[in-house]
Amino acid sequence: MDDYLKLPETFEEFSEARKNGFIRVKKIKEEGGLIAGVFCTYTPLEILDAAGLTAVGLCGMSNETIPAAESELPKNLCPLIKSSYGFALSDKCPYTYFSDIIIGETTCDGKKKMYELLGEIKDTYIIQLPQGQDRAYSAELWTKELRRLIRTLEEKFGVEITDEKLRSAVCLRNDERKAKTELMELSRLQPPPLRGLDLYKVLEGSGFVFDIAASAEAMQSTKRKALEKYEAGDRPVSKNAKRILVTGCPIGGVLEKTVGTIESSGGVVVCFENCGGVKATRELADAEADDIVQEISRRYLNIGCAIMTPNQNRVNLIRSLVDEYHIDGVVEILLQACHPYTVEAHTIRRLSSEIGMPYLGIETDYSNTDTGQLSTRIEAFMEML
Amino acid sequence: MYYIGIDVGSACSKYAVIDEQNEVLYRNVIPTGWSSSSAAEAVRQDLLLRGYNPEHNPCVATGYGRNSVEFADKAVTEITCHCLGASHLFGDGASTVIDIGGQDTKIINISGGIVQDFLMNDKCSAGTGRFVEIMAKILELDPMSLCALAESGTEVTISSMCTVFAESEVIGLIGRGVKKADIAFGIVDSVASKVASQCGRIKRSTRYYLTGGLCECRYLMKVLGDKLGVCIVSNPEGRYAGALGAALSAKKLEKGGRTDG
Ligand code: SF4
Ligand code: SF4
Repeated sequence: MDDYLKLPETFEEFSEARKNGFIRVKKIKEEGGLIAGVFCTYTPLEILDAAGLTAVGLCGMSNETIPAAESELPKNLCPLIKSSYGFALSDKCPYTYFSDIIIGETTCDGKKKMYELLGEIKDTYIIQLPQGQDRAYSAELWTKELRRLIRTLEEKFGVEITDEKLRSAVCLRNDERKAKTELMELSRLQPPPLRGLDLYKVLEGSGFVFDIAASAEAMQSTKRKALEKYEAGDRPVSKNAKRILVTGCPIGGVLEKTVGTIESSGGVVVCFENCGGVKATRELADAEADDIVQEISRRYLNIGCAIMTPNQNRVNLIRSLVDEYHIDGVVEILLQACHPYTVEAHTIRRLSSEIGMPYLGIETDYSNTDTGQLSTRIEAFMEML
Repeated sequence: MYYIGIDVGSACSKYAVIDEQNEVLYRNVIPTGWSSSSAAEAVRQDLLLRGYNPEHNPCVATGYGRNSVEFADKAVTEITCHCLGASHLFGDGASTVIDIGGQDTKIINISGGIVQDFLMNDKCSAGTGRFVEIMAKILELDPMSLCALAESGTEVTISSMCTVFAESEVIGLIGRGVKKADIAFGIVDSVASKVASQCGRIKRSTRYYLTGGLCECRYLMKVLGDKLGVCIVSNPEGRYAGALGAALSAKKLEKGGRTDG
């Protein structure tokens, strides 16, 4: 048992993190701790931290629960939404099961309406997220929403969310984000010292460590070790590998057939722009700001997700990442029936051609029926670079 | 020295042998059948019979079954091979290659013999050779004569994009006594519309070439060209574009030493 409570040390252990996290979550519960299930990068984690809640990502990444979800949800819906709901419906995800509250946001329509149904199974609180960043009152609305969330959590769990607690939560989260950013920035090296698949697993696994300071430390030590090996001449990636920027929808559920295929066809993913990668970690909040809630609100509202309109922040981010990471090609991963990203794909394709970047958009779902077609597309793209 | 290219498609396997001067020494097509490895073996036997040994000469496999050709030195995707083959057949200026394959349709923008951008249709068979084949079967025709017959038809529209629904639509039309030629017209029109809309998603070019099994359907080329507002060119050798391209890339293989992957 104690073994499972150890922090992951190697890439393989990080990919086991989600599994081992179950035991950690169970322990937290046994010790009287509270769990908040979250789905989205817009969730203001610092507020949950300050309330003493342990935040756990519930995004469904497996095809397994989709048939259950389809008994209530339409077939033609994003697999992430169906999978997540299926987990709640079939009680197959211990994280969902252990959650004392689920926090959702009004992001895409599918998720928003799924949360309504989820609310009938689990206690769910939906934060109203503005749909754009360019109106001054969007920031105001979002800040008000965060204050409302604070009051709700205080009342519900009988806790006090003070400014001090928020500030120290901001510091801790900043440290973790910085550690992740530094780890990701290793891949600016040519060739990178990490394969994208390994990097992604470490980043993903960190979400199941639950001790934010420890997670930051684990990131730092992973970075140190990778760098040491690299400096000692260890090159896990060929210098001829094509350097790929991955963008688009969250990719946890399609990792092998997308990133795995890119990396077995002569490419290496050096940068993940998606949630789970740079998008979620790049911006920090100022722990010294006068109004800390307003500052947290600012930090989160600026995230460049396709559910925003306009979504200039994503375009700007991709532009700079392409330079920073010496990118050879952009691969956008689109989950079937995700309207925000599949429509915005046109903008990203255009952006890519503007900046002279080859672009490949791949639409896929959590099933394995399209692996052959996907590998043809990805291999052809690699041959083209 | 000669070079072998094998294109194992979902419906047919095409293969070509070229010499140092890129002259085609031999080419042939056989049905792929249910197993791409058996098709690969049949290709190997035929090549040996003609005196070409794929094990001792550079050989590249492409197409949907490219990884089942165990004796090939390398697998290259059909996108790259169609680009090379089309550049060889039609010249290597900037152009768009439309390959209507058995299972998928590819739109490839090429320039200087290099792929610039490409698109493939998604999971569905609308706008592919398979669609035409299924529809032809209902009309008790083969795809070529369906295309030819379509030229004398008019007005019928097949509105379903899904092959299964289109099938019942066609059966409905037959039941209502609509003329075969008119139904054929609707089928060709539907394929052309789907392919044209795919072409619209990629940068337009001035030259369009059709490769793949339907490259001899003159009428399909005409309808597609009308929809795109361009003239589409093909060549009876167009169906071998993938195999030719594979043979051409086998040449590069030899120069740069054999690689895997
Ligand atoms: S892609 Fe957008 S909606 Fe989905 S988790 Fe990320 S920020 Fe949230
Ligand atoms: S991938 Fe798209 S549709 Fe799915 S939850 Fe995210 S924004 Fe919504």
